[in-house]
Amino acid sequence: MLDKPKDAVLDREFKVVGSRPVRPDGVDKVTGRAKFGADVSAPGMLIGKVLRSPHPHARIHSIDIHAALAVPGVKAIVTRDDFAENKKHKDVLCNIMARDKALYEGHAVAAIAATTGAIARKALKLIKIDYDILPHVTDVDEAMADDAPILHDTMITRGVDPAPEKPSNVAQRFDFGHGDVEDGFAKADVIIERSFKTEAAHQGYIEPHACLASVTEDGHGELWCCTQGHYAVRDVCASLLGMEVSKLRVTASEIGGGFGGKTTVFLEPLALMMSRKTGRPIKMVMDRDEVFRASGPTASTSSWVKVGATKDGKITAASAEFRYQGGAFKGSPVQFGAMCAFACYALENVKTVGFDVVTNRPKQAAYRAPGAPMAAFAVESVIEELAIKLGIDPVEFRLKNAAAEGDTSSYGPKFPRIGLVETLEAAKAHEHYSAPLGPNQGRGIGSGYWFNFGGATSVSLNVHPDGTVALVVGTPDIGGSRASMNLMAAEELGIPYDKVNTIVADTASLGFNETSHGSRVTFASGLATIEAARNAKNECCARAAMIWEIEPDAVTWEDGCAKPAGANAGNFEPMTLADIAKIAEKTGGPISGHFEKNPAGAGASFATHMVDVEVDPDTGRVEILRFTVIQDAGKAIHPSYVEGQFQGGAVQGVGWALNEEYIYGADGKMQNPGFLDYRIPVCSDLPMIDTVIVEVPNPGHPYGVRGVGETGIVPPMAAIANAISAAAGVRMTELPMSPPKVLKAIDDANGSA
Amino acid sequence: MSQIHVSTTINGDPVEYLCEPDETLLDVLRDRLGLTGSKEGCGSGDCGACSVTVDGRLVCSCLMLGAEADGKQVGTIEGLAEGENLHPLQRKFLEHAALQCGVCTPGFLVAAKSLLERNSDPTETEVRYWLAGNLCRCTGYDKIVRAVLDTAHDMKGA
Ligand code: FES
Ligand code: FES
Repeated sequence: MLDKPKDAVLDREFKVVGSRPVRPDGVDKVTGRAKFGADVSAPGMLIGKVLRSPHPHARIHSIDIHAALAVPGVKAIVTRDDFAENKKHKDVLCNIMARDKALYEGHAVAAIAATTGAIARKALKLIKIDYDILPHVTDVDEAMADDAPILHDTMITRGVDPAPEKPSNVAQRFDFGHGDVEDGFAKADVIIERSFKTEAAHQGYIEPHACLASVTEDGHGELWCCTQGHYAVRDVCASLLGMEVSKLRVTASEIGGGFGGKTTVFLEPLALMMSRKTGRPIKMVMDRDEVFRASGPTASTSSWVKVGATKDGKITAASAEFRYQGGAFKGSPVQFGAMCAFACYALENVKTVGFDVVTNRPKQAAYRAPGAPMAAFAVESVIEELAIKLGIDPVEFRLKNAAAEGDTSSYGPKFPRIGLVETLEAAKAHEHYSAPLGPNQGRGIGSGYWFNFGGATSVSLNVHPDGTVALVVGTPDIGGSRASMNLMAAEELGIPYDKVNTIVADTASLGFNETSHGSRVTFASGLATIEAARNAKNECCARAAMIWEIEPDAVTWEDGCAKPAGANAGNFEPMTLADIAKIAEKTGGPISGHFEKNPAGAGASFATHMVDVEVDPDTGRVEILRFTVIQDAGKAIHPSYVEGQFQGGAVQGVGWALNEEYIYGADGKMQNPGFLDYRIPVCSDLPMIDTVIVEVPNPGHPYGVRGVGETGIVPPMAAIANAISAAAGVRMTELPMSPPKVLKAIDDANGSA
Repeated sequence: MSQIHVSTTINGDPVEYLCEPDETLLDVLRDRLGLTGSKEGCGSGDCGACSVTVDGRLVCSCLMLGAEADGKQVGTIEGLAEGENLHPLQRKFLEHAALQCGVCTPGFLVAAKSLLERNSDPTETEVRYWLAGNLCRCTGYDKIVRAVLDTAHDMKGA
């Protein structure tokens, strides 16, 4: 056997990477200067408002806009008739404006632009729509039943052979796994099998969707919007409006949270279309209830999990079925759920099946590690139960079966260097793990996995004449990524952090940049930043060589200076970046570095969470007493923002576990579209969230970075369910684990005792 | 309905405006006066992103009418820093990385300042309950609470 290759990054001493400087956009954000989606206006601007379907499922016979259009101050109305069919973005088009049917309560059916918001709202009421109300379905299991109302009569389930003859609400079936699970279960001493349900949660970003669009008479468009991916917004909008891509310039505003939910378009094409019709800028901002009803929450799910193990704690087989409804269009994250479900374990026999189901709910959008948290809730609940039944410490049990480098993942590929074992070891070693617990208190563990992602990336780095640097990236900064980019550029160039200023450019200024999703920004834009800085350094070395009249490869870059590479190269005073930049005009013109790539080598991130809860036996209320997040960051560029991702992900998981849910009435309407009734965690619900940053470098990134944004939401629901089980002796299998449900479980357990 | 004429004081400066009778103070600040530091996260008093002070009391500006500000002293995020000097809370929020997206930050800062004016030495629990009306979806509140406690600690020492 060959020795394992050494991680080059491990030996590297970093100068600024790993420090915690103030972010470059910080002052703007603490003074109220930063401009978010709704914070801009334009001369002559009109306000756009959307009319939404009150019915969860209805055929639209006719739309009469005459009375609304006659209202003084109303300047334009758009309906389905304004948008041409679009093969490439068929579902997006149908989602932003209902076509033959309204498919969920809140589905847009018309939009009005008027001189004031009040006029637009008043006019909305005058639009007459002739609906033919159809039966609806919002539950995933009911949607799969034979007699369910069908949303799309052309939907024939893909991924089954032979293809079904009849349409259904199942868009696709997915299968993953290897080995022989029946054989594996036959070898097990203990088998646990359970069914689970999770409700849809919303990303809950505090900033509602907002945009300002302007289209001129000659067909040029400008769009300002809060989005995680302005390049994707540009391409989709240009297509829906039949514009050339070069004629639409999109600028990403500061973004008030996204978590995956701002990766698609809702208002933007409507605003552009109304601007085209009126020749005036159009501003649109969603109300909070529109955000809940008509943006993209995550899927609700139903699942079944079976895991078997031998007495000494070796898992012999694992099998699961996942059913995810992703709203009115195909594309629920069930595939990712099925792939991630058992990714933490090295398994000989594993099988997962997933069903992508449509229902009369808003089309889901990505939410932090899309699909993985629901699967982890089910799997990690069963894993913990199995460990306890076997009398093995839950962390030990996970360690005995943990996936590591070289293992075949449950969904196919072999793992490169990964850090799950390190997170479990860190959990075991943590003081929290053995801290005493009081009455009605319990501790739970959960592990989780997310792939992370690379994606097309383009970065420019411009060296100014005074030796300071502008770093131009195309990935919107959602959580402090400009600070990380500054750090990596400064590290690579050998200059102080505050000599770099990172900006997020508009779509005309850089090549295509994939959306800020998949935990990809610090990995991919970071990698491109480092490579762009290397290109700029090479250019600086070439300029120094020219000045010194020596060969370019006789010059090296060290400590922020060009230096002769050795004694043979000659004896010259080192030149700093500023020295070289100052006279750049005389040595060939401005100096900059660029890098464009679709980088492979994103490093998966694993986490293990540990949580203590106290369950009130009289009310069923669960209090989070202590929470420790342990996650592999690869390399933490700015540790404070890494911790922030860990903490934020964990707390979103707390909300999903205990409170948050889309509540539907029999009428198919969402009953809690506001922050009062859709209750996200508040400050007084929580303790401090402890973090441990594990650093197992990713060999695919020059500094070892893995993404950290998403994995943090994967383990909490299971960890909390496991803690509740330890505290109250009841196994919760449905999210959210709200007081009435926990109380009922306790009462049922007492009744049967 | 005709518009209402309002004379008020915002961040210490005299301000006059006309507003609709049903227009919120938040809309006046943002849309008429260009003070977009106060944010609308919900419009229903549930998120605190629109927090301002009115005669020293912490209020959700989305729940108050613009017309009600007549003759009052309104304080917004734009008035927190004094000239070149950031307020100690603003500095601590930056040092502690107590913001990720930053859209909740103005509301938290206005609310935290109002807390420290009443209670210069709050416990963690007091901070958590005072700020329970401000939603942050990004941070899990940990670093926000630390930033506020650290500010109180420093101001006490000063
Ligand atoms: S906008 Fe005022 S409380 Fe949310
Ligand atoms: S920092 Fe994003 S909501 Fe608080």
